[in-house]
Amino acid sequence: MYEHLETAANPAGLKRVAVDPVSRVEGHGKVTLLLDDQNQVQQARLHIVEFRGFEKFIQGRPYWELPVLVQRLCGICPVSHHLAAAKAIDQLVGIDPADLPAAADKLRRLLHFGQVLQSHALHFFYLSSPDLLFGFDSEIGQRSVVAVLADHPEIGLQGVKLRKYGQEVIRMVSGKRVHGTGAIPGGMNKALSREERDYLLQDIGQIVDWAKAAVALVKHLHNANRPFNDQFATIRSNYLGLVNADGALELYHGGIRAKNADGTTLFDHYDYCDYQDLIREEVRSWTYMKFPYLTALGKADGWYRVGPLARVNNCDFIDTPLAEVARVEFKQQLADPALVHSTLAFHWARMIELLHCAERIEQLLADPNLLSSDLVAQGSKRYQGIGVIEAPRGTLFHHYQIDDNDIVTKANLIVSTTSNNTGMNESVRQVAAEYLSGRELTEPLLNQLEVAIRAYDPCLSCATHAVGKMPLQVELVDAAGRVVDRLIRHSNGEFARGDAV
Amino acid sequence: MAAKPVLLLACGNPSRGDDALGPLLLEALAEHIDPDLVECIVDFQLQIEHSLDLQDRQLVIFIDASVREPSFEFTMLTPAPALSHTTHALSPAALLGVYRSLHGEPPPAYLLSIGGHSFELGEALSPAAQANLAQATRFALDLLQGAPTELAACAAKLAVTPSANG
Repeated sequence: MYEHLETAANPAGLKRVAVDPVSRVEGHGKVTLLLDDQNQVQQARLHIVEFRGFEKFIQGRPYWELPVLVQRLCGICPVSHHLAAAKAIDQLVGIDPADLPAAADKLRRLLHFGQVLQSHALHFFYLSSPDLLFGFDSEIGQRSVVAVLADHPEIGLQGVKLRKYGQEVIRMVSGKRVHGTGAIPGGMNKALSREERDYLLQDIGQIVDWAKAAVALVKHLHNANRPFNDQFATIRSNYLGLVNADGALELYHGGIRAKNADGTTLFDHYDYCDYQDLIREEVRSWTYMKFPYLTALGKADGWYRVGPLARVNNCDFIDTPLAEVARVEFKQQLADPALVHSTLAFHWARMIELLHCAERIEQLLADPNLLSSDLVAQGSKRYQGIGVIEAPRGTLFHHYQIDDNDIVTKANLIVSTTSNNTGMNESVRQVAAEYLSGRELTEPLLNQLEVAIRAYDPCLSCATHAVGKMPLQVELVDAAGRVVDRLIRHSNGEFARGDAV
Repeated sequence: MAAKPVLLLACGNPSRGDDALGPLLLEALAEHIDPDLVECIVDFQLQIEHSLDLQDRQLVIFIDASVREPSFEFTMLTPAPALSHTTHALSPAALLGVYRSLHGEPPPAYLLSIGGHSFELGEALSPAAQANLAQATRFALDLLQGAPTELAACAAKLAVTPSANG
């Protein structure tokens, strides 16, 4: 591993390069490199702006506001926060997952599959396909989805329409594209009408076909440069995520399974309500984001990865036919030997999940019970609720405590990107050590750092996008702290060098 | 269902201080607009699939908070030839560029940007932004009072110099 590059032995005499913010990820991140006089990388770090104030934002609110309120934490995965909060709040009103009315459970799953589908389509087609189709060092103007639309219009348009379909699923179930109110304590607040179901049925066959094509595309792209893609940013790690009771891939509700890098199961079907015994979070002085680890393995060995690669690695099978065929082929081709460790294989695993979601949406739409209006269960108040869900980027924990007046007194969130913090840093250090060290840094080389981070699909939480914000700024600072070069990439895509900000 | 002639597309996160300006303006307009004429859409940020929302419109107005404007500004948009490489979100002009690459010439489109100052999670609208919102709301109400067939021409007269902003 590359942990020796986390902190340089003698940072005072080194040049500093910052990539700030990292582009084409959700939100803001910053990479800093410290280089010696021979441009050898001595230190590499990914800094992520913590989800600042999230818990404080939630505390003091009545619990029933949370399913709507938490959607405002993130512009990309509001539904994931909505459903994780809903699962926690079910417990506050005395409803365990098994007590939820069947139709409410199905509607929530439909909502979740729509969310994962649209998020995975966004990531692959909008954010990552330019790198994969045109190359990491292609001309920068080409590295955008607009170039994909121009050069590969069929692929680009399929990505647009896949994402749009996922959003339409969300709109039909929750009533709105964003800030819908589908889930309520103990169930759902709106039945799906026959007309809404039929509207979604019109296109689902096409969506499954396009999702299948997306798996074929990512397989082709990975295999086109197999040795490089297998090694780039690749690290061996533990993997954590939910699985179904029968070991199947599970995105909505299950027990926690973790495997080590050799594929040995560390624990299985662990009740997520006891997550605080399982996971601890380490604080390091140089970043706001914490570093979670498995308590039993300790800080040094207990870090783990979550998300599509972890889920496809962890599960025994996928319970939809096309995605299962894709999973078997994925493991046969890439497993080393039991698990797939290639960081770029996140993309492949992500498209397998996209296909799974399309298939599950098709199955759910064919279920007549989906239209039932029996949607809410009632129970007795509890003072603590914990909800865990597999969000597009990985396992998402919501934990609340309330008082006698139903006000939230304590909230704890562990978001997927936090769980991948060590993994992303290790991948950044691998790329810095293997591909950048000793070379003159250029924009295409720096993009390789971003490619490594982007594979994880990190959600760095911004959702603030006012006109004029979000330029990219790269600074080269000498040993005395003087800025010797500066490159600004404005929000309209134009570049400026020097002080011309 | 046929597309309504006018689309108001507001961006912003209601829980991030002045980023709420776009959604709040649509709320202020809600009771005063003809629902058969105008469709209102709110989202956190613009993405490529929003280009599908622009189809078959006679007029599109994007509404967003801006760190640049002292109060508010209404500008004509032209499709941007390239879009931002810096983020997952698109500018309105870049969205028009995407529309042109997918469907041909986009409908007449404008940006109503409203000045904001603070965008932290959990913050309320700043006093300055509240004043800006009131001004922008009056402007939008005046604009939308016109006859449906005249709205695009009216918008063109009210817009400042076509912007090359991204």
